[in-house]
Amino acid sequence: MFALNVNGVNRSVDVPDDIPLLWVIREELGLTGTKFGCGVAACGACTVHLDGEAVRSCAYPVSAATGHQITTIEGLSPNADHALQRAWVEHQVPQCGYCQSGMLMSAAALLRAHPRPTDAQIDQAMTNICRCGTHPRVKAAIKRAAQAMGTHRA
Amino acid sequence: MREATRWLRALLLVGTWTCTGLASAGNAKAAGSAAFDPIYRVLTHPRCLNCHTSTGFPRQGDERRPHDYRVARGTDDHGAAAMRCTACHGTSNNGLFPGAPRWSLAPLSMAWENLGPGQLCQRLKDRRQNGQRSVTQLVEHMSNDPLVSWAWAPGAQRQPIDMPKDDFVRALQAWAVEGAPCP
Repeated sequence: MFALNVNGVNRSVDVPDDIPLLWVIREELGLTGTKFGCGVAACGACTVHLDGEAVRSCAYPVSAATGHQITTIEGLSPNADHALQRAWVEHQVPQCGYCQSGMLMSAAALLRAHPRPTDAQIDQAMTNICRCGTHPRVKAAIKRAAQAMGTHRA
Repeated sequence: MREATRWLRALLLVGTWTCTGLASAGNAKAAGSAAFDPIYRVLTHPRCLNCHTSTGFPRQGDERRPHDYRVARGTDDHGAAAMRCTACHGTSNNGLFPGAPRWSLAPLSMAWENLGPGQLCQRLKDRRQNGQRSVTQLVEHMSNDPLVSWAWAPGAQRQPIDMPKDDFVRALQAWAVEGAPCP
């Protein structure tokens, strides 16, 4: 039995200790916004936050997630109105959309570390794979969100 | 004739002193080489060297390729934002993914790539570059640190260090007892 805090809510799950966090989030807790892509932490579709840091949940054992604040795409903002989500809509980033919740979670972790990221910092952070080729829009939207968040802070 | 004899004696003396000095330096180098060679063999194994790189990224595999997924060193040697080492690596091996406490790259001051035995030995002992560790602390670190010990149990299909851990520790201790000589 594992006690987890997901999106601010305490949950307990009875699962084997080596089951990936992704499957707990999706199958046990019903939070299906986080996607399965490659299963080997390569594509980033499964990205969630542990204490604000991005982790690839398909390769992350649930036993290592206890005692941490887990945030999924459903918990990124109360009304899907995070500056990144607004910028995503403004720039029409999603195409098929499958990778985009992972993209958003990676981008949120990036902005937490670098509120005004450089192109190089974006390139290093955003290794998520998108088969629709949305990366130029992703980059533009991250810059837009950074600008909006900066303006909001001011 | 006496003058010539004096010169000859002087030359012999200088020659003997020089040879003795060279022989002594040579012996020290040989002793350093004998004591440090097994340590060098371990420290330049891919399990160690892949994260003791001089590059802006870790390496992986026995062929020492750049880490998959464009993983970068980052400013604190723990990866870039949103691509921290801990995004995939935990405190123990997990299936495909190796893990140990404090999984990260070694700082650039501890990069060992492309160093010969003498250079690596000197860098290892240089307290300005080795995290202010004395030889005793180096031996302790390399004997007991879980991240170092991981290299003998790397999990999955990874090749462990090809020298038993106990032999490595004995080699470290012998090297320290000899005064940590460098080749």
